[in-house]
Amino acid sequence: MTLLHIEGLGINFGGLKAVDNVSFAAAAGQVTSVIGPNGAGKTTLFNMISGVYTPGSGRVALDGDNVTGIHPSQLARRGLSRTFQNLQIFQDMSVLDNALAGFHLSERGSVWGDMLSLPAARRRARDARDGAMKLLKRVRLDDLASEVAGNLSYGQLKRLEIARALGVGPRVLLLDEPAAGCNAVETEEIDTLIAELAASGIAVLLVEHDMKLVMRISHHVVVLDHGQMIAEGDPESVSQNPEVIKAYLGTEAVDNVAG
Amino acid sequence: MLTSKWVQLAVLAVLIAALPLLFPSGYYYRIGALIFVNALAVTGLVILVGWAGQISLGHAGFAGIGAYACALAPEHLGLHPVVAIVLGMVISAGLAALIGKPILRLKGYYLGVATLGFGILVTMVLTNERIWTGGPDGMSVAKLGLRELLRDMGVRVSGGVFWYWACGIVLLIGAWLALNLYNSATGRALRALHGSEVAASTIGIDVPRLKLQAFVISAVYASVAGSLLALQNGFITPDVAGFMHSIEIVTMAVLGGVGSVVGAILGAVILTLLPQVLTVFAEYEQLVLGAVMILVMIFLPRGLLPSIAARLKRKP
Repeated sequence: MTLLHIEGLGINFGGLKAVDNVSFAAAAGQVTSVIGPNGAGKTTLFNMISGVYTPGSGRVALDGDNVTGIHPSQLARRGLSRTFQNLQIFQDMSVLDNALAGFHLSERGSVWGDMLSLPAARRRARDARDGAMKLLKRVRLDDLASEVAGNLSYGQLKRLEIARALGVGPRVLLLDEPAAGCNAVETEEIDTLIAELAASGIAVLLVEHDMKLVMRISHHVVVLDHGQMIAEGDPESVSQNPEVIKAYLGTEAVDNVAG
Repeated sequence: MLTSKWVQLAVLAVLIAALPLLFPSGYYYRIGALIFVNALAVTGLVILVGWAGQISLGHAGFAGIGAYACALAPEHLGLHPVVAIVLGMVISAGLAALIGKPILRLKGYYLGVATLGFGILVTMVLTNERIWTGGPDGMSVAKLGLRELLRDMGVRVSGGVFWYWACGIVLLIGAWLALNLYNSATGRALRALHGSEVAASTIGIDVPRLKLQAFVISAVYASVAGSLLALQNGFITPDVAGFMHSIEIVTMAVLGGVGSVVGAILGAVILTLLPQVLTVFAEYEQLVLGAVMILVMIFLPRGLLPSIAARLKRKP
């Protein structure tokens, strides 16, 4: 079942077409990867889908509803959450508080209830805490729950961001380079985690540079170059597409291979 | 937080209760009450500045509104001073919501300047509306009446002692509310948007709404502090809303450690006491105050309490 529909999405930055006319769909229970050389517009595309940028043209539909250009907090309410390429962790907060923040939508009540610590607010806080601890366990950070997030390693912070995004209870999850800066062991862990998340019915949208990772876990691959979509398909066919090889290796290399 | 909520509250309660044992004269009760009033206003700023990361350089404006509500409402509307405190809270909250909506879109020093403008505006109104406020000469404030009530019940306390306990109890309540907020969904969302507004919004936090809530809450804290100040002094001038007062409470918050309620109270204690201690060098008082501030910012940039706590942690 397709959950997320992207149609002709584009944006200009000062006359430069950063992303132009990109269309694809992401299905529940599948990993859809967006790949492409540096500067291809992958993160810009993610920013438009997640409401951080307002698209200049095109349309984003979530479960049939047009959600183009609506605010990220509204998208979270509709079940779309994301992680960031350049970490956006709440550095001064504890690991647990970071994960708990992901439960904001299910935990929040009235500000009065919070200030007076009313039973209902305390109950919601307890539920959120249980949920956050479960997620931390899942990304193997439960031992570090009370640590200040700023003290964690890069790979751990990447996992913490995933835990936080999962707190929203997303139907669509956007992961922007979750394995960047991670060692082989950590990459494999993230690999397993992403596969599990997709298997649980989430539509996972992935930007990743680690091609081995992408080819291993993706069901569907979208290739961008210079803001244009140059190929789309299953990992096998995309990796053999001459356009894609050209974009990654340059024309000469292709000629050499052909010759 | 450094320790759990109840430990912090218990320590605060014991300190408030035990301090009078050390007071050599009745005068110290007045200073104690003044500390508590300042600490209350600073606690409000901890929520806005420390957690939500939004600066306000005009918060004394809300203290002014609270103070003048207690001066004007009993006289012109015949309201009981306790009702006047509530009226001040309502007006401050309403005004904070009204001006907060447009100005909280601003960031950093732009927000600082906008709030500064608000504070100056309140001071100007209070200074210029002579018919109502007596202008720069100030006006007298009706008695709260609770002390008389106590006397009728057979409990006789001096003004200083009464206000010491009254302000102490209000501060405890204010600290309790703030500490509840810290570990709630709202408090966590405020700290989150301070860390990263983009990330906060992608997990469903309505950033503008949360900022506004923090602004309104902290305005109400300042308003109550202003009301208590007016009632215990029995007299009020526009200085309560003035720029210097705004700076004073921000300085207290930053000095103690703007992220923690206990730190804020510590800052209020130090900056309220220091001028009393420095009266010996009356002429150099401002100089010493300024020097203390500069030194703290250079050597303990996160404020006294967090810096000391971090140091204790490093050397167990």
